[in-house]
Amino acid sequence: MTEATHDSMPVTINGDAGRLPTATSVDALVALWCPSPRGVAVALDGEVIPRSLWPSTQITPGSVIEIVTAAAGG
Amino acid sequence: MSHSSTAADPFVIGGVTLDSRLIMGTGGMTSHDALRTALVASGTAMATVAVRRVDPSTRHSLVDLLDELGIRILPNTAGCFTAADAVLTARLAREAFATDWVKLEVIGDDRTLLPDPVELIEAADQLVADGFTVLPYCGDDPIVAKRLEQVGCAAVMPLGSPIGSGLGIRNPHNIELIVEQAGVPVVLDAGIGTASDACLALELGCDAVLVASAVTRAVNPELMATGMRHAVVAGRSARRAGRITRRFHAEASSSFDGMATGSTVTTTGHTPGAGEPVDPSSL
Repeated sequence: MTEATHDSMPVTINGDAGRLPTATSVDALVALWCPSPRGVAVALDGEVIPRSLWPSTQITPGSVIEIVTAAAGG
Repeated sequence: MSHSSTAADPFVIGGVTLDSRLIMGTGGMTSHDALRTALVASGTAMATVAVRRVDPSTRHSLVDLLDELGIRILPNTAGCFTAADAVLTARLAREAFATDWVKLEVIGDDRTLLPDPVELIEAADQLVADGFTVLPYCGDDPIVAKRLEQVGCAAVMPLGSPIGSGLGIRNPHNIELIVEQAGVPVVLDAGIGTASDACLALELGCDAVLVASAVTRAVNPELMATGMRHAVVAGRSARRAGRITRRFHAEASSSFDGMATGSTVTTTGHTPGAGEPVDPSSL
């Protein structure tokens, strides 16, 4: 994530508090966070964001974001 | 080798034919390569995955592995304690893996990992309404199984015994009751410890089994996967063949007719008749 400046905003990603540049899209966040967007899903404040809406969905200050993928499991 | 799902006897869930009656879990394996080897040996057509926060340090993609092996992904909601959590997890899985199938798991506590039937039925109801193909992991209670079918689940997946316990099928009678009443496939999920447990599930009339720990935590997972593959073929064959009635006394398979005289043992052929003791386990 990024430094605390007036161009950045506080967010919580996968349980950790941090900062992102203002007006980061979900698309950009996934690119930052994951080696590949394949098999990845994103929830913003408890709502699943469809993949088709990633580029047009802006993350807002204080957002709680979950980025998930497949893990081994029964 | 022969297969457990064939053109003459296909295994179908939600309108989709699966080429094996062995569904695999992927949890508990020591390495990505060991998982690959075991999955191949199992001959499975579908495997479960959990939905977890992205770990940027993970090198291997489970999705890529299952895709490469042609194995259908069945996301689960493992770790969820409430209907709300399970519904959110299922929706994340649908978006991540482009599938509306879900192994619905809502547990009541982390000591027994037993399903919470109230939350489970509530979650199933919501997910069915949302267009999911729901495969619920449930207890071995025939009434809960019936309720899950009534809300529109595509299968029911009763446990044999608690997850990871390897205790096998503790209440075969309840499993038979669930099978007898079910209008959807029954998948024995949880508790299988070794091949004979999987075989028994199929003999009792289950359509398939879901096996994770029994394979992934075996000393030799690849060999156990092979054993499980054979077990479901054997169990399904035996189920379809129709087993003999259990008898209290012996029933000779060689006819006594035409025996040479002078035998040291004199006997007559005997067939149990009315009024004779009956083995209670055959009832």
